[in-house]
Amino acid sequence: MSAIYIARGTKLAGRKLKQQMIIMTARDSVLSSLNELGTAIWDAADGVTPLEEIVERKVCAEYDVDRTEALKDAEEFVQDLAGDGILIVSDQPIVTPPNGATNGNKTGGSQTTEAPEAVREERS
Amino acid sequence: MSSLMQELNQSALDAGLPLGVHLDVTYRCNERCIHCYLDHDDHGEMTTAEIKDVLDQIAEAGVLFLTLSGGEVLMRMDFFEIVEHARALLFDVKIKTNAFMIREKEADRIRDLGVRSLQVSIYSHRPEVHDAITKLPGSLKRSIAGIRLLQSRGVKVIIANVLMRQNLSDYAGVKELAQELGAEYTIDPTITPRMDGDRSILPLGIEGKDLRQVFRNPDLVGNVDEFCAPPPAVDDDVLEETPCSAGHTACYISPYGELFPCVQFPLPSGNVRTQKFLDIWHNSAQLNDVRSIRARDLPVCSTCSHVGTCTRCPGLAYMEGNMRGPSTQDCEKSFARTGIASANMILKASRLAMPGLVQIAGLQQ
Repeated sequence: MSAIYIARGTKLAGRKLKQQMIIMTARDSVLSSLNELGTAIWDAADGVTPLEEIVERKVCAEYDVDRTEALKDAEEFVQDLAGDGILIVSDQPIVTPPNGATNGNKTGGSQTTEAPEAVREERS
Repeated sequence: MSSLMQELNQSALDAGLPLGVHLDVTYRCNERCIHCYLDHDDHGEMTTAEIKDVLDQIAEAGVLFLTLSGGEVLMRMDFFEIVEHARALLFDVKIKTNAFMIREKEADRIRDLGVRSLQVSIYSHRPEVHDAITKLPGSLKRSIAGIRLLQSRGVKVIIANVLMRQNLSDYAGVKELAQELGAEYTIDPTITPRMDGDRSILPLGIEGKDLRQVFRNPDLVGNVDEFCAPPPAVDDDVLEETPCSAGHTACYISPYGELFPCVQFPLPSGNVRTQKFLDIWHNSAQLNDVRSIRARDLPVCSTCSHVGTCTRCPGLAYMEGNMRGPSTQDCEKSFARTGIASANMILKASRLAMPGLVQIAGLQQ
């Protein structure tokens, strides 16, 4: 299976509040919030780190979860976000940093022992 | 408002965090609109570096929504450098402009930078009316050309139609123009005093009878019966409400670094040139005073039947002399909507009717 690379979309706004990434897409003014795990994946979406490695570092290292299952969930999650332009997904490293993509304001991550699942809540 | 937005607002309010900042990057303008509340001379605008530093600070503070306005924003040669910096900080950027200076290159930049929307003021679909208000010949033609360039690139444009005596009969034409251009349309019947307190431009505002007619136009307000319904009974929850987001989750920063609760609320609360943004946000006595006000603290308005539905602007009240007092323009709007006089209007009428004063007035004539 080929590697998947993810980078943050270019036409969106975002801010991290209470460990959760709040994202507004310019295209349709849809407001989304990512939960802690989704935010961790967002933070790691630098375009050059394979998703598999992100899942290993951000999910498997911090939660008691099956690696294959976690990767499958993460792939579904990033494809969902890619459909709305929140993430760019490619089978090649995304070398050119997307215009305007940074981490937003930086806050420390936290851990939980709850069942991990990257989640997005969406409202137009 | 979406529930997520409501949650976001409530969360910011509970945490005492700012969510939105309106930043005027300049007061200079190529137009000289007859109703404008600004002094267009440059009294020492913030430099590019100063503005970038402010943007860094407000991003760090948690601000997501950024409105860049003026004056005319494109009067600043560094405007796109500012927008680029703002977008790199992931702000949700809205721009207010007259679009006069937007050509192919500018439209491309705006599209590429992922600006969410541009608000363009259009006063009439007729050049002779629009240009007479802006005092800039050819301005309607150029603004429309700018809007077309933006629309052709998929950039969202909102046409803002400020209503005054000079263009009262033209709002239907502006709405049609917006439809033809594929732009959203919004109407604003409020003329605000100048920021220095000068109220001489207020007579430009439309009369009550005309406002009443505007408020009964379903094309503008939607469901007229609902919009013009009498106010519901006032309960304790209503009296515990805060007047608006000014100073609570939003604020305004002038081109000179002055921080106010809102662009329409010129209560000096600090200056980002001499203090850190968050220092002002958390510690300004003026902002904390604004935040302390609940509807029940308003001596006249708390007794008014409209208190729960009135659009009372604390900034306009401040410019009338008391930020806890009524905003007469909003009283007039409530009256135009419902036909029910506000407590402020009744109080003023009773003062005028005092026999002693009538007698004195008569003697003076």
